[in-house]
Amino acid sequence: MVQVVAKTGNEAMAEAMRQINPDVVAAYPITPATEIVMIFSQFVADGLVNTQYVPVESEHSAMSATIAASAAGARAMTGTSSQGLALMYELLPIASALRLPIVMPEVNRALSGPINIHNDHSDTFAARDFGWIQIFSENSQEAYDNMLQAVRIAEHPKVKLPTMVTTDGFIISHCLEKIEVFEDDVVKNYVGKFPAYTNLLDLKNPVTLGALDLQNYYFEHRRQTAEAMKSAKEIILEVGKDFGKKFGREYGFFEEYKMDDAEMAIVCLGSIAGSAKSVVDEYREKGVKVGLMKIRVYRPFPAEEIASVLERMKAVAVVEKADGLAAKGGPLFDEIRSALYDKKKKPSVIDFIVGLGGREVTHKHLNEIFDELKDLAATGIVKELIQYKGVR
Amino acid sequence: MQKITEIRWHGRGGQGAKTAALLLGDAAMSLGKFIQAFPEYGPERMGAPVASFNRISSEPITIHYGITEPNVVLVLDPTLIGSIDVTKGLSDDGVIIVNTSSSPKEIRTLTKFSGGKVFTVDASKISKESIGKDIPNTPMLGALIKATGLLDFDHMIEDLKKKLAKKFASKPEVIEGNLKAVKRAFDEAKGE
Repeated sequence: MVQVVAKTGNEAMAEAMRQINPDVVAAYPITPATEIVMIFSQFVADGLVNTQYVPVESEHSAMSATIAASAAGARAMTGTSSQGLALMYELLPIASALRLPIVMPEVNRALSGPINIHNDHSDTFAARDFGWIQIFSENSQEAYDNMLQAVRIAEHPKVKLPTMVTTDGFIISHCLEKIEVFEDDVVKNYVGKFPAYTNLLDLKNPVTLGALDLQNYYFEHRRQTAEAMKSAKEIILEVGKDFGKKFGREYGFFEEYKMDDAEMAIVCLGSIAGSAKSVVDEYREKGVKVGLMKIRVYRPFPAEEIASVLERMKAVAVVEKADGLAAKGGPLFDEIRSALYDKKKKPSVIDFIVGLGGREVTHKHLNEIFDELKDLAATGIVKELIQYKGVR
Repeated sequence: MQKITEIRWHGRGGQGAKTAALLLGDAAMSLGKFIQAFPEYGPERMGAPVASFNRISSEPITIHYGITEPNVVLVLDPTLIGSIDVTKGLSDDGVIIVNTSSSPKEIRTLTKFSGGKVFTVDASKISKESIGKDIPNTPMLGALIKATGLLDFDHMIEDLKKKLAKKFASKPEVIEGNLKAVKRAFDEAKGE
């Protein structure tokens, strides 16, 4: 039932798309996500999928066509990165407002400018308030698993929301790793038939989508989207648990690594979590009670669940690859501190902004972060609330 | 720390350094190892110095930063020595393997690498004679196994045979040529 193969993050996501076999894919290539749609277009050319492939002239058109296809009752997907996602920004909140269950792989890359092609999380963090579910992946295996689960989550009747699954540009998208993939039939059964909630082509039951919505109803519809996001939480957990039962790897809002007896924690997301886990192991060997929380679901933000774990800590270091450019720290730090505000007992929380534009986050940087976290847990004195680590 | 063998490949754009890392990763995975293979992330130009990397371990690999202190360095083009520091970060008990007609002793002098082991093999010559083209990356796998014992050689040959048979079903001479090249490089690699 399971095949062990070597795949890069991009290959793993393209393979998931082949097995999902969407009705429509409309895409425009962009580094480092190019391979996803390149490989997929080869699947189309080779007749391995039944997908209508629409090569468009921009990401704006890619998302427009994907929205149209989804509204017409098709299981529709696209894929992009960074500037490509930014060019879609105008359309992203429309996809969620129309409650279209589009699934999109997104390879995290720094936003221009200056122009850069390497990894950080500024692109999807900037899209955090568009009503898209955002699921981050640590490695190729998670990218594959998350893509399959994203279909079940997005298309669930209690959710009906677009969902993006991300990997770290180059670090994961171009790194060959050992992963397990399932047989085509298993995936086909797992994702099931597409439940077309809207069908613009059904002339007997005409509907209007995307009508003008002014002071009379806009507010209510925005509120409904927020409620859909909230109810997605329950489904994300349900799907993650079910995935564990079926395939042996259970997923939640976040992964807790050695958190049971931890007194201090690193909070991060994406590939950096894997590197930080090995540093947790090193500090555990030295008797330091440190753990790691890897955020998997960034939207809907699981604020209460995160807070109920972190409230037990003496100190927390948020390590994130995005900067608010004069906000109070990075976006993740902001939300984690805010989530902890209502707790009676709360840890000191500090922020480390790292790896912007693909700047390497080395073992040495992580060690320095862990040392500061240890000091903070021991003394409770915040020396510097927000730090840039690895910047010259 | 996870016990991981870290490998860096040096070549020139178009020479197959990335493919070599992918091939090795794939071969090691087939023999039950956990692997990573990744290229240097930068603009690539034909002929310009490029690097690619492998991590190989018996246990799952979670770290995802670059490799700066490799245990093994492979050099596909000997003219790179001198223009770039191929032994940079190489551990004192590390291994460097160079595609060259020079002796290990001559390479020691050129690289000023006094530790570990130095291996040389004329992978370009072997490749031209066995495959008919100068594609040194495949034979370098043979030299790598000889120098490090990283994988079981016979198992790797069996696995390679299967993979090549799938890829070149209509060109049996390519399969034979590649296998011969790997075996010759294994036999002919010399070290000190």
